[in-house]
Amino acid sequence: MSQLLMDLVDKHFADKVLDKKIYRGQLTIEVDKSDLLSVCETLRDNDDFQFEQLIDLCGVDYLTYGQDEWSTHEASGSGFERGRASLDFDSAKEDSERRFAVVYHLLSVTLNHRIRVRVFADSEDMMVPSVIDIWNGVNWFEREAFDLFGILFEGHPDLRRILTDYGFIGHPFRKDFPVVGELEMRYDEEQEQCVYEPVTIEERILVPRVIR
Amino acid sequence: MAEIEHYTLNFGPQHPAAHGVLRMILEMDGETIERADPHVGLLHRATEKLAEIKPYNQSIGYMDRLDYVSMMCNEHAYVLAIEKLLGIEAPKRAQYIRVMFAEITRILNHLMWLGAHGLDVGAMTMFLYCFRDREPLMDAYEAVSGTRMHATYYRPGGVYRDLPDTMPQYEKSPWRNDKKLKELNANRQGSLLDFLWDFTEQFDSSVDEYESLLTENRIWKQRLVGIGVVSPERAFQLGLTGPMLRGSGVAWDLRKMQPYDAYAEMDFDVPVGRNGDCYDRYLVRVEEMRQSNRIIRQCIEWLQKNPGPVMIDDHKIAPPKRADMKNDMESLIHHFKLFTEGYCVPEGETYAAVEHPKGEFGIYLMSDGANKPYRLKIRAPGFAHISAMDELAKGHMLADVVAIIGTMDIVFGEIDR
Repeated sequence: MSQLLMDLVDKHFADKVLDKKIYRGQLTIEVDKSDLLSVCETLRDNDDFQFEQLIDLCGVDYLTYGQDEWSTHEASGSGFERGRASLDFDSAKEDSERRFAVVYHLLSVTLNHRIRVRVFADSEDMMVPSVIDIWNGVNWFEREAFDLFGILFEGHPDLRRILTDYGFIGHPFRKDFPVVGELEMRYDEEQEQCVYEPVTIEERILVPRVIR
Repeated sequence: MAEIEHYTLNFGPQHPAAHGVLRMILEMDGETIERADPHVGLLHRATEKLAEIKPYNQSIGYMDRLDYVSMMCNEHAYVLAIEKLLGIEAPKRAQYIRVMFAEITRILNHLMWLGAHGLDVGAMTMFLYCFRDREPLMDAYEAVSGTRMHATYYRPGGVYRDLPDTMPQYEKSPWRNDKKLKELNANRQGSLLDFLWDFTEQFDSSVDEYESLLTENRIWKQRLVGIGVVSPERAFQLGLTGPMLRGSGVAWDLRKMQPYDAYAEMDFDVPVGRNGDCYDRYLVRVEEMRQSNRIIRQCIEWLQKNPGPVMIDDHKIAPPKRADMKNDMESLIHHFKLFTEGYCVPEGETYAAVEHPKGEFGIYLMSDGANKPYRLKIRAPGFAHISAMDELAKGHMLADVVAIIGTMDIVFGEIDR
């Protein structure tokens, strides 16, 4: 099934696909953002593909991919907290050419197959072309990826925040955004209004990230 | 005085017909909707981010809380995604149990939807009828998992435990006499499967009852026929799935087309609508309840005949039996490792989708080889549905917006995640 699809992908855009892979029976292709719109249009309209539905779009932040938080070589003699190493954002950021990606999941109801398309955003301007003219329903999915990751979609008519609060600052699903957040809000009796302050709680890791 | 052409109306977030915390800014021309701008995210809990900081199994409970009226279906997608990445398959009996509970969940969801939709449109009685029939199914949830809603029952590699042989019974209390007590416990004498069998026997007639109240009801039809019409082409474009797509006449059901677990062995029909309006979607969902009932009956028959394991035997993924831990060192170590560190999932990515009562519910799971997901994306059907709100509501009256919200079967737990 996926093999067949892979052959068709080879046939139609041999030079445009940067990377392709079948894993657990699912085909993933990677394209450059400059080719995204033409590839997507072919995927929707060509009789070999007929992906009439865009099921999902999501952002991915590759900043700490493959990093773990647990060193057992010297530290295991000295207790849990000392064995734990925090994730290293700074050196990861230095080589952040391929940090943010957008992943599209397409479904063809007519031919009953699926494909996953990945495109990396430009690290300078965070831009990816919007596919809203190809699949209209992507509107909110792109807004979500913008809200949570700060990826900008070129040509989107209404790129507003969607899930976070009105007036929220930052992009919370980036790997370097702390899980406890940056601001906390409370009602101040004296000022008789809500005030925002830096968070007072500390981030705790109960189960360290381990790669074995 | 200048004439006001358009004005904006704020609908929700505290509105009984908003099904939770939907806030909508409606631009109106008189009573006609010109533009609807839903503001979602008031229930955003960052489930996906939270899942990134805990081992795989600890997020199953979060899945229940996404779409909190079809709990086990959410778990189903998550568990299937993990199983796909690990390359394991649940034992046959577990697959049948999962399918049975997925269908019980579908009935639970559709009953909730029917009751709430009825209430929104003015049919108060439906609400009471539907909640009456939800009760035995909630009891089945409780008997199998210990909780009525947030079950955390599905696990990677199977289900948490086998179906119980006895049903909990009502106890004596000052408010019930012996005769009433006997009546209440009459269908609870056997196992859970007997109890469910008894439910399926009478459920079809319950659905007849709902239909006799609504299907030909003049007011019901006036409120639903021709409202929120979606053509199949637009449904594809807008990313609609599930009953929202089938209501427009597209016979697409993942249980049939891309079967998972034991669905390939089930015999059932996929109802489709013709006009793509709210009324057709109502008919589709009502028929789905009957079909779910059929599937449950098939599962019960199979499960009664085929005992067996309900969890894989690999203790790197599934915890060992409590009794084994008492005198087997290795079991104890496995248990300790599983509950402190969890299991590491091989590097890779996968997308697992199930036919959720509301549409296609998918989990995109990405692992970098660690004991926690690197990225988890929840594809919630309601999110795509409510984003079509503007197109569906345009040109309709304010009161129809309530019918459209109802027909989308919106639950904010999954939309806001």
